[in-house]
This record gives sequence, C-alpha cells and structure tokens, in this order.
Amino acid sequence: MHIVVCIKQVPDSREIRIDPVTNTLVRQGVPAIVNYYDLHGLEEALRFKDEMGARVTVVSMGPPSAEKALRQCISMGADEAVLVSDRGFAGADTLATSYVIALTVTKVATEMEPVDMVFCGKQTLDGDTGQVGPGVACRLDYEQMTYVEKVVELNPGERTVTVHRHLEDGVEVVKTKLPVLITVLTELNKPRRASLPGVLRAAKYKPIVWSTNDFPDIDRAKIGLKGSPTIVSKTWVPEPRKVNTEMIAADGVDALSAALIDRLWNTDLPTRLGWA
Amino acid sequence: MEAEQVTGVDAAAGQPAASAKPRREKIVIDAPDFSDYNGIMIVVEQRAGAAKKVSWQLLGEGRKLAQKLNTELMAVVIGSDVGALAQEAIYRGADKVYLCDSEELRDYRTRPYSQICLHVIATAKPEIVLIGATYWGRDLAGAIATHLPTGLTADCTQLDVDENRLLLASRPAFSEKMLATIMCKQYKPQMATARSGVFLELPRDPSRTGAIIPVPAQMSADEIATEVLAFLEQTERVNLEDAEIIVAGGRGLGGPEPFALLQDLADALGGAVGASRPAVDAGWIGHDHQVGQTGSTVRPKLYFAIGISGAVQHVVGMQHSDVIVAINRDPDAPIFKVANFGIVGDLFSIIPAITKAVQERRQLPFAVAATAKEAVAATAG
Repeated sequence: MHIVVCIKQVPDSREIRIDPVTNTLVRQGVPAIVNYYDLHGLEEALRFKDEMGARVTVVSMGPPSAEKALRQCISMGADEAVLVSDRGFAGADTLATSYVIALTVTKVATEMEPVDMVFCGKQTLDGDTGQVGPGVACRLDYEQMTYVEKVVELNPGERTVTVHRHLEDGVEVVKTKLPVLITVLTELNKPRRASLPGVLRAAKYKPIVWSTNDFPDIDRAKIGLKGSPTIVSKTWVPEPRKVNTEMIAADGVDALSAALIDRLWNTDLPTRLGWA
Repeated sequence: MEAEQVTGVDAAAGQPAASAKPRREKIVIDAPDFSDYNGIMIVVEQRAGAAKKVSWQLLGEGRKLAQKLNTELMAVVIGSDVGALAQEAIYRGADKVYLCDSEELRDYRTRPYSQICLHVIATAKPEIVLIGATYWGRDLAGAIATHLPTGLTADCTQLDVDENRLLLASRPAFSEKMLATIMCKQYKPQMATARSGVFLELPRDPSRTGAIIPVPAQMSADEIATEVLAFLEQTERVNLEDAEIIVAGGRGLGGPEPFALLQDLADALGGAVGASRPAVDAGWIGHDHQVGQTGSTVRPKLYFAIGISGAVQHVVGMQHSDVIVAINRDPDAPIFKVANFGIVGDLFSIIPAITKAVQERRQLPFAVAATAKEAVAATAG
C-alpha cells in the first residue's frame, strides 16, 4: 500500500490583516504553516502506515522555502517528501496546479512504487477553492471521494475503500475501488505530534526536489500563469456595513424585550419570514 | 490567434496592456475557437427528487445574466424519476432543460454525472455554466472543469458580465477580508460555483413554457466503480449558510450552559444557533456552529449577536445579515457599530424575556385580536 499525501505551505490567512489606511493585505509577520486540512490527510495515511505498514510519501508544489513544511511531515512520520519547485510553476491557478500535482504523483508511482491512495485537504486556507483535489483525481483517472469525514474500511485484498462523505444534510456511505483520491475534513482525525525520532530525522532530511526539467514530457503551455485559464482581474476590500444603530433602553427586561419585538415587527421581517 | 487575445495574456501577467509588447505565445496561437458558445447553463442539484434551494437561486441569477446577454437560460437535471423537476426548472426560469433520467442515476456519483454534463456541454455549447457551491457542486464542477478544460471560480457571491460578454465572478478571499473578481478570458464555457443564500430565486411561474430535451446516460452500471451504500440523514445538523435566522453567542456567555438559552430563542424564532470562534475554541459548542473565519459566512434575514464583542473576523462572517441585533454588557463593544438594534445589559435575564415575548407575539391570535380591535374601533369612530 503506497499512499501519497498532497500538502501546501500557506500563509495562515487567519492572521492576515487589512491595513486600514492603504486597504491592502498586511502579510508581514504572517506565519507560513502546513495547510491544516492537509495534516488530517497525513494523519490518516500514517494511521494506515501504523496499521498495515503503508508507505507514505508527501508531495508539495511551492517555492524552496516549502521544504520546511515537508520536513514537518517527515517529523510526524512520513517516509519520503517530494517538492516540485520551479519558477515556471508560479502563478498557477487550480487547473495548472492539478496538472503538475498529477504529473508528480505519476512520477512518484513510476519511480518509487505504484500509488493506491492520494489524500488532499478539502481546500487550502489561502485559495479556499477545493478544486485541486478533484482536478488531480480527474487527471490521474482515479476514483474521487471528496469531503470525507471518516474512512470506514480500507481493504487492500479486495482493493476497496469505504468512506463517509459529509454533505449539508447528512452523511453518504460510499464504497469505491482503488486507486482513489480522497479529500478530507478536520473531523476525520486528530493529527499527531512529531515524535522525537521523527524530529531528529527531519532535522537532517533533504526532500527530493524536482523542477520542470525532471518532467521530460511536461507540456509547458499547461503550467504556471500560461497554463491558467483564470485571472484575478480585480481585488478590493468590501465596504464595512453602514447602519444607524438604534440603542434600545427601557426599565426592566420585559419592557426591553417588548421594545425590541416592536422594532423587529415594524420591519418587513415578519412578512419576509412568513410570520405575518 | 488575434492580437486582442495576446493583450489578454499580457494583462493576465499583471502588465499594463498599453505598455506591453504583444508577445506571441504558443498557447495563444493554439487557443481553440469558442465563438459559437452561447447561453447560460445551470446544473440543478437534487436529492430524492427535491431540488436544493441554491439551484433555483442560480436560475434566478442566471435569468438576469441571460437578459443582459440576450441569450437563453438552460438547466441540466440528472437523477432517477426527476421528470417533474425538469418541468419545475422551467417554472423557475429555464428556457430549455436537458434531462437525464435513469435508475442508475438515483445517487450522485462523480463519474457518471460529470460525463453527462460534459456531453450536454459539448452539445449545447453554453458560454457560462453555474453550479451551487455545495459539497455536491464543488465535487462535480471540479471534475467537469478539469475534463473540458476550462477555468472554474469557486464559491462566488457576485456574478455579472462585462461588455465583452465575459463573466465577472467575484468571491471572498483571505478569510472574507477581501473580494476578488476572477475572469476566464480564453476558454468556454466559463464556469463558477456560487454560494447558497446569496442570489434570489424567481417567483414560481407555472405558466412558463420551455423545451425538455432527453439526454442518454453516458456510462453503463458496470462501468461505475463507486457505489453509494447508504445516506444517513442528519436532521439535527446545523446548516447556518441556509438559515434565515441565527442566534449566535460568544465569549460573553462564559460557558457552554447558556447556549441552551440561545437555543430556546432560536426555537421560538425558527432559527439556528451560531457561535463566534472563541466560544467554539473553548469547546462550548461544535465547529459546525461557527460563524466567521474558518466557520460559515452567513446571510440570514435576522442575526442575534449575543455576548459577542464584534472582532473583525466575526463581523466579516455575518455583516451581510439583513437585520442585526446585538446584546452585550459592554456599551463600547464594536459589535454595536454593525448592529441595527443594540441592547446593553445582562444576557442571562434579557434572553429569556425576549424568548417569551417572541413566543407571545408569534401566537398570532393575541396580536391579530389586538389589531382587529383597533380596526373595529377605527371603523366605529
């Protein structure tokens, strides 16, 4: 069983602020982290390493500084890490990214061992699209299982996997055949901390680094900015909500609530909510 | 191809088109001709014959875009025994519906559904394809866009078209702190998934007529590796993004127990319970309830912010609510700046009183009787 985990190093978007004067993103001091959904994918892969001796390879596309994120995965227990890094990949949208990641998984499968499963986070913190996972599955012609909150059973003999897919109104129990690409939710598990031997190994570990030259058949029209059909034409900071706040004051909670209810029933809310 | 498209590539590289020398890139020369792509297509999501709200909302928005482009609005309905839904899509604004109705399609599975959509897109050649940004829609759209291939913008909250008939798909970025408009200039169809609860559905009009075009399934049962074993419905699951009313609590609640008070108020109003990140991080309530940041972005008609100070991360997640009521002990809490109505005071006594007042007011006989009496008095006078 060979499992590939796709990870991305991202700025922690929760820490990004808008400069109130210039209305631009303040990126300074924003920590670079492993997209935390991806860590849940890694944890699930490591669970299968513990349970059935699966081999776990982590792959990432990004700048050389993303080696740090890959070393974190090694410290948690991943066997190998591959960084695909090239200026030519810069500016990629989800379509161009999925092309390079799929090429990478294919190369990993050819040079190391055939791949049975790929885990991705459900989306990234900086892009928030959730489109790269399905894109990679599609290009690899793997079965695609998105928004998985539980892997119920992995049967290496039958080469099947049964998962719980999270939907708005419930859970779908789905069984499919390997190879499969699974995108995961945080409900799946709790990522482990790095072990001491893991930390020691990670400190000395050098990820395998591939550039475009390592992919002889790569179609350069499909990578980076050139290979990206979407462009950002404009960004702006939304206007803050402008309201004239009415502060309601009255003696005692009953009078207060009555005053509030009167105000609410004086709006069009009762009509629009079907209360009228 | 043409110089115009070369300029498009340069603009994509972030260079001002006027100062940039046209560079002849291979990809531009090879760009296929999409000039016969016309019309807007909505892929309708359904389970057991019931459509998701977002699908009708997108037909409503699609109708607007179709009028601007002077083109037709198409829908795709896929499932088992869903003929009535195709008719319904016409009542909801579609001019033409592609219907793929087959027993094997009862459950959604990526491959057979995406193959049908690809077949319909190849046949009908729409210039724009819109799908709800649900778990279902994001799964399907990602597969379709990669196969075509074309550009796909996720999770849009604003849609428009420009003078060149290009789709302007706008979406929140960086945890809702910014908005970005995304374009796909050289490929068709231009694809986007769009959020539920943002766009308005049209009033259902049973006098509308349109064509229903049957489409054959594209895969046989034995070609499909995936099998849906069961669907476990979870009615108690909170779905804040579709909620019309949200009663949310924050750090000011001081612990998990007061959320019961909020639940009572939510029940009286017919709403759902939300929470700010500190309350979720403290473990007082589950992550499904979180509004803002890594949680949901909501647009209910009525939002109660109770014991929530109003940090920007929370506000970006709820500021598009129609009416906001803030209740906080601290008169200087920033939440009051975005609220329509504010009450300074102790939530533990105020919330049960509001709940009681709502219950009384919603038991219509009392309110109607009072109004009726006034009306009678006015007439008599």
